[in-house]
Amino acid sequence: MMDTHRQNRLRALTTPVILIAILLAFVLIITATGDKSLARMAAQTLIRVTFVVGLWIFVGNSGVVSFGHAGFMAIGAYCSAWLTLRPQMKGMFLPDLPPWLASAEWPHLPATVVSGLLAALVALIVGAAILRLSGIAASIATFAFLAIVNTVYSNWEGVTGATSSVVGLDRYADEWVTLIWACVAVAAAAIYANSASGLALRATREDEVAAAASGVNMYRHRLLSLVLSGFFTGVSGVLLGHSLGVLNPNSFYLGITFITLAMLVVGGIGSLSGAVIGVLVLSVLIEGLVRFERGIDIGGASFALPSGAQEILIGIIMILVLIIRPTGLTGGRELRLPAFRWRVRHSKQEPQSTN
Amino acid sequence: MNAVPQLFFDAASLGGIYAMAALGIALIFGVMNLVNFAHGEYIAFCVFALIVPSSDAVAVMFLGKAPAILLIPVLLAFGALIAVASEYVVFRQLRNANPVAMMISSFALGFVIQNALLAVYGSRPKAISLWPDLNTPVSVVGASVPLLQLIVIITTLLVVSVLALLLKKTRVGLEMRAAAENFTMARLLGVRANVVITGAFALSGAMAAAVAMIMVTQTGVADVRMGGQIMLVAFIATVIGGLGSLPGAVAAGFLIGAVSVVLQAALPLEARPFRDAFLYTLVIVSLLLRPQGLFASASAKPRV
Repeated sequence: MMDTHRQNRLRALTTPVILIAILLAFVLIITATGDKSLARMAAQTLIRVTFVVGLWIFVGNSGVVSFGHAGFMAIGAYCSAWLTLRPQMKGMFLPDLPPWLASAEWPHLPATVVSGLLAALVALIVGAAILRLSGIAASIATFAFLAIVNTVYSNWEGVTGATSSVVGLDRYADEWVTLIWACVAVAAAAIYANSASGLALRATREDEVAAAASGVNMYRHRLLSLVLSGFFTGVSGVLLGHSLGVLNPNSFYLGITFITLAMLVVGGIGSLSGAVIGVLVLSVLIEGLVRFERGIDIGGASFALPSGAQEILIGIIMILVLIIRPTGLTGGRELRLPAFRWRVRHSKQEPQSTN
Repeated sequence: MNAVPQLFFDAASLGGIYAMAALGIALIFGVMNLVNFAHGEYIAFCVFALIVPSSDAVAVMFLGKAPAILLIPVLLAFGALIAVASEYVVFRQLRNANPVAMMISSFALGFVIQNALLAVYGSRPKAISLWPDLNTPVSVVGASVPLLQLIVIITTLLVVSVLALLLKKTRVGLEMRAAAENFTMARLLGVRANVVITGAFALSGAMAAAVAMIMVTQTGVADVRMGGQIMLVAFIATVIGGLGSLPGAVAAGFLIGAVSVVLQAALPLEARPFRDAFLYTLVIVSLLLRPQGLFASASAKPRV
């Protein structure tokens, strides 16, 4: 026997399974082509999936737009560089690191987790102050946080290398490593969204006052989701560093902030499926247009877009999607398996049903 | 040389630019709850309207050759035109969308304008000289001040007072203030929504053109990215001034200008590169102390 509510809760758990299957299919299709540059593009896309899903854990559930998550990304990325770079390199490029950090040479996985935890810790401290605000004031405060991180990391010469890039990171983050982290992020986001805290937080998103009147402590749930969100965005920063091999403070500033927010909004800010689909759709579209810009052959004739057309087209497509579907491609709905209506019907007719 | 008047003029002229940019953003936010991230690109667009389209490093003046008496109104009209056009093409279609979708589409629009400029003019910053005489220093109360700084301060005061008159004395102004207060209620009482919104965009675009002229004269550079930074500061000024409050936006613009000039002068040398970090920390502190903004009207408080 299964009532509708429990069935709904179970069906909600099919969302991450479907999303993970989609991501896996995406990687399998790309590895099947055997194209090196496509594989790199897949790794970049999955890093953005990790980032945007991390961002969604906070933004999607709380309804507060955050401009600050690229800051957590920078914190994670640099922390992993401090922990994994070879000591000789650090001595040369980052002379002001404390001795225990300068001699550290950690394996990848613990370095990734610790970097994520550092980002989560910063999220806890910053969030404790910023989340006392709500609405647009909170968004501006997150932006101020991003600007602070960027100013510090681009000027702290001996520790972050300032605006001259940190180079020589081990480039181990291929499409499989990033796939695993993207799947972990999706699973964690789904579990959080369906937990008591996630549901309470979404109640505050719909109506702050009514939720507060029902005894929901908005501040606590927002802080919890920001910490979780900080962890995964921090990890995505680590992966980005270990995928490009180079770190520069300006790769974690306004450019990535806006493109990821755009992916989230185009996909649909209200649902986890929207976050994942937004990243996949826009990434594939960008890659396609970039290739089209370089020129492709159709029936012997070569066509190419003029350079710069790719960015302009992406912008126009984003505007069109928002005009036609202001709630995003998924419209705030989750991908789920269809309901097992027969089960309900059977259980009414034959009480001895096995389920 | 006298340090205090010097500091005062620096602060007032920087603050004046911020205040004007903040006004441009606050005007639109007030009437339609849109955080217009394309505002910085309006500024860049007006800068590039001064020169002949080409990707050469040396800019050839186009509009910029016209005498000031002609150039100023034409460029203001240019700014108003692009802002009104963007409202008509993009934002009008999104009237009923939520603020986040509108904000993201304004960012996308800015992205389109920026890349269109890049495609036409190339990515290299260009040297451009508009009214170079204005940078000659004059001596005022013991400080040597570029003439332009004085002009900026006077222009800002002029623009703000003209705008105040417009808002207080004309019908459109009255409607705009009503719309900024409560748009739905204003419409129910017969405010013409399209007139108000178009008017707000036109004024905002003209403000962007004014900022563009000042920035070009001051820096002598035309760069596609020059609008971005000032737009963000203006955006912050609008929020800490109190959203929807036009005097608040002006005051906060001046305040941010003053604080950054004072920090620049007062911080010890080794901390000076981190000036913006201190500035933004103060922004967070100010938000924590007054979440509604420093100069918020009583009606801005959320009612429960």
